[in-house]
Amino acid sequence: MADRRYTKTHEWISVDGKTVTVGITDFAQAQLGDVVFLELPAVGRKLAARESFGVIESVKAASDLYSPVPGRITEVNEKLSAKPELVNSDPYGEGWILKLELAGDLPSDLLDEAAYKRSAEAAAH
Amino acid sequence: MVDFGGWELPQQYTSIRDEHLAVRKVAGLFDISHMGRLVVEGAGAERYLQHLMTNDLAPLPPGHAIYTLMCEQDGGVIDDLVIYRETEQRFIVVVNAANREKDTAWMRKHLSEDVTMEDRTLDLSLIAFQGPKAHELLPKGSSKTDDIPYFGFRAGKVAGLLGLISRTGYTGEDGFELFIDSEHVVQVWDAILAEGKNAGVLPAGLGARDATRLEAALRLYGNDMDETVNPYEAGLGWTVKLGKGDFIGRDVLAAVKQQGPKRTLIGFKTQPGDIPRHGAAVSSEGRRVGAVTSGTHSFFLGHPIALAMVEVPSFRVGETIAVEVRGREASAEVVKLPFYRGSARSAVAPAKS
Repeated sequence: MADRRYTKTHEWISVDGKTVTVGITDFAQAQLGDVVFLELPAVGRKLAARESFGVIESVKAASDLYSPVPGRITEVNEKLSAKPELVNSDPYGEGWILKLELAGDLPSDLLDEAAYKRSAEAAAH
Repeated sequence: MVDFGGWELPQQYTSIRDEHLAVRKVAGLFDISHMGRLVVEGAGAERYLQHLMTNDLAPLPPGHAIYTLMCEQDGGVIDDLVIYRETEQRFIVVVNAANREKDTAWMRKHLSEDVTMEDRTLDLSLIAFQGPKAHELLPKGSSKTDDIPYFGFRAGKVAGLLGLISRTGYTGEDGFELFIDSEHVVQVWDAILAEGKNAGVLPAGLGARDATRLEAALRLYGNDMDETVNPYEAGLGWTVKLGKGDFIGRDVLAAVKQQGPKRTLIGFKTQPGDIPRHGAAVSSEGRRVGAVTSGTHSFFLGHPIALAMVEVPSFRVGETIAVEVRGREASAEVVKLPFYRGSARSAVAPAKS
């Protein structure tokens, strides 16, 4: 997807008008291993950019989830409570985590795919 | 890949979930060559090992293996290991990877003139084929295994190649640990996977190994016990044979047994998502009583499971305790060990002394 943007902390976003969908990257899910649980916030909560909004538990470890953009949560992926493994099997599709109504501008430090790949590859070594 | 006692090991080959379920339902193949393999041989070998180990090797006939602990003078556990008696005077000692150097140093210190010890870790590989269907899924060109009892082993062929076939494991399932010369082990590994593929056999990594051993309540050295823990606290008093004669740690252990241990290992389960991690505090009625030693999510049971070292008097099965998960207290239910009893032929190691 051409309009997907990434963070150095391995989240992705896609933007449709004011709606921003947030997930974690394929690299992140591979590093985490099998995801078994996500602790997710309530719809309506306001998030600042880079604010922690939840926790993702894999067999290996618990990791914080960060919002790449500021906004108000409009939807949480309810499917993940029964099938957290969607984050592993389809991180950019059915494994999306939440949707926000963007408040203000997109942060300027988001990465495009090529820049994210370089960043992730550097982190892997 | 993760570092495990200085060895690069895969956490998973494909997915921990799939590998874990393959071991429980069909069979999985583990590369456990990181474990140390020492050959102890000589006229004094039995007496030597009897002096170092807590369990009694005297009644062990050739072709049989035994689980034992090696303790310090103060009763602390140096390592848990499996000893295979090949002949009256020759034993293979399999030790934990992270303890290999510590163990060999300790064992060398106690060697006598009529005993030799050789580290065969690098030239003798070790793979484990574990699962309820492992015995029927050994590849063509393998020896019959029907006559090998649990904790028994034989020289035999696997996929046409000579090795030692041992009916032992670390998963609670029936299956084999296969000692194969390192130059041939890849052929055996490939043959098992190729012939088992259609039946659902998978290569399995450290994640599946940890989950299956924990479900079977098999202790992990470094997590569930170490030099600061004695065998009775770890629930492994059944490996301490006080009546066999003197051995290192015996006096202290006899006193611990008489007085009763001050701590004990318990098992508990939590709600999905609340995975107790090593070191997390365990409390009851607002008071800290111990800490988690091992915890994971069990894909097979569908909820997290954990072991914790807690003060005595301990808890009854069914009691509710609290465990720290992500900085808050999660509710946990004390359960009977093992969490799951697999297809291993005789009972898995008793959970309590």
